[in-house]
Amino acid sequence: MNTVVAGITYRAVLGRRRVLLLVLLPLSLIGLAVLLRLIGDVGEQSTVTLMRSFAIGTMLPLLGLVAGTGVIAPEIDDGTILHLLSKPIARPVIAYTKFAVAASLLALFGAVPTFLAAYLLVGGESGLAYGFALGALCGGVVYAALFLLVGVLTRHAVTIGVSYALVWEGLVGSLVPGARSLSIQQWAQSVADAISTSPFFKADVSLGFAVPAMIVVAVGAVVWAGQRLRSLSLTGDE
Amino acid sequence: MTTTRDAAPAVVELSQVSRWYGNVVAVNDVTMRIGPGVTGLLGPNGAGKSTLLHMMAGFLAPSTGAATLNGERIWRNHQIFRLVGLVPEKEGVYGFLTGWQFVLSSARLHRLPDPEAAARRALATVEMEGAKDRRVETYSKGMRQRVKVAAALVHDPRVLLLDEPFNGMDPRQRLHLMDLIRRMGEEGRTILFSSHILEEVERVAEHIEVLVAGRHAASGDFREIRRRMTDRPHLFRVRSSDDRRLAAALIADASSASVSLTGDGLEVQAVDFRRFTRLLPRLARDAGVRLWQVSPADEDLESVFSYLISRSV
Repeated sequence: MNTVVAGITYRAVLGRRRVLLLVLLPLSLIGLAVLLRLIGDVGEQSTVTLMRSFAIGTMLPLLGLVAGTGVIAPEIDDGTILHLLSKPIARPVIAYTKFAVAASLLALFGAVPTFLAAYLLVGGESGLAYGFALGALCGGVVYAALFLLVGVLTRHAVTIGVSYALVWEGLVGSLVPGARSLSIQQWAQSVADAISTSPFFKADVSLGFAVPAMIVVAVGAVVWAGQRLRSLSLTGDE
Repeated sequence: MTTTRDAAPAVVELSQVSRWYGNVVAVNDVTMRIGPGVTGLLGPNGAGKSTLLHMMAGFLAPSTGAATLNGERIWRNHQIFRLVGLVPEKEGVYGFLTGWQFVLSSARLHRLPDPEAAARRALATVEMEGAKDRRVETYSKGMRQRVKVAAALVHDPRVLLLDEPFNGMDPRQRLHLMDLIRRMGEEGRTILFSSHILEEVERVAEHIEVLVAGRHAASGDFREIRRRMTDRPHLFRVRSSDDRRLAAALIADASSASVSLTGDGLEVQAVDFRRFTRLLPRLARDAGVRLWQVSPADEDLESVFSYLISRSV
């Protein structure tokens, strides 16, 4: 972890327009929760639906995409990454630092609003708020690692990220039950289910599979990103 | 690796280096040794200068051959940056930082013992103290270039690599950077800068490496290269009041290798540039021929480089 790299990365991500996405999505979740609360009593079932479909199913992958690619892809595109890479710092350290920044953004803009929204709806009932918050935190960390890697590997990170989140996790995951085993949002739900005691919530993937899968993907992606950064080539304009 | 910031001279070497992208060869079998002093890497646009510099800075792996700094492999070796300062051609500057923050971050990334003092010194070197508190995005291109130079100098590197450093600079800034580069070269640093402008290289570099179409076309003292450029056969187009009579007079002199009559006048291949340019007006006057037009047909840099490369094979 390098504090100078982290500082520059925070300023780069939070100073760009993409910070609006980081703020708007969680604000929508909390706004929706407030609205539902104002309309009347919201049961556990509705809370589970909102958390599964919006907080974990929509907001988290999009935030992961924005933060995970945002900490590195624009710098590679415009060449500013050279400022960091032309220093006597091991390239993997730069990758780990960028990952830490992305993961912290996911915790702040993903896990905390998820907790707040769920708590607004059902309080501490059945551990739903705590479960979905921890699920969002774990899922967010994995998304951050995966999209960081995609941002280092290709200049089409956003297209690939959106395809994964919408097509694989959304479409294929809903039609082919087996595909859910390879879905970060399903793993996040497994963690949430392990904490929650709600009878309305049952995850599709076992915790015994989800936890090792999350560790393997997160660690593998960050290590790979670090190695890839060591071999990053600049071709110039020629 | 021996990368402590000592005053020992640093040498960058390329040994039979080639680099290709798919079927396109960007750099072809280049061997060169860049030692202390200022070396200019000269070549037309697209000659492979940036590719070569990127290989020297560890941002591109040679497809074949080896790039080394003081005998140590450069590719995938971040320790080289203890000795190397890099000024890339691309903007590569965080616009949201102030000049001071940008240079200070560079000093901190180098883990210098007193980063503030180093950043102040580097900004003073490029005369950017006055604008240091403005955000980089408000700078002119020349100011951005200077702040990039400051960031590259902050750790007092033994080797400085600059890719087209004078681009976008106004004449005063250009002269100042030229002075700075010359001074650093005299201090024994190893400095390599690329340019496609001969005069720029000539004014700063003691030594020139010429790259044409990815090949190492010439190498040596700039006076020698300049002489070879001047002494090459020159092609002139001449229009006059009596082309035939002028052609007859020219053929009689040894300064012209060939004279051909075309629909637009004469095409004269001069082997001795100086003699020919002195002789032509005199010959025309003696023959009673009036000169309408004398123009070099191959004065563009590309043809000069082509000549050099044809001499080197």
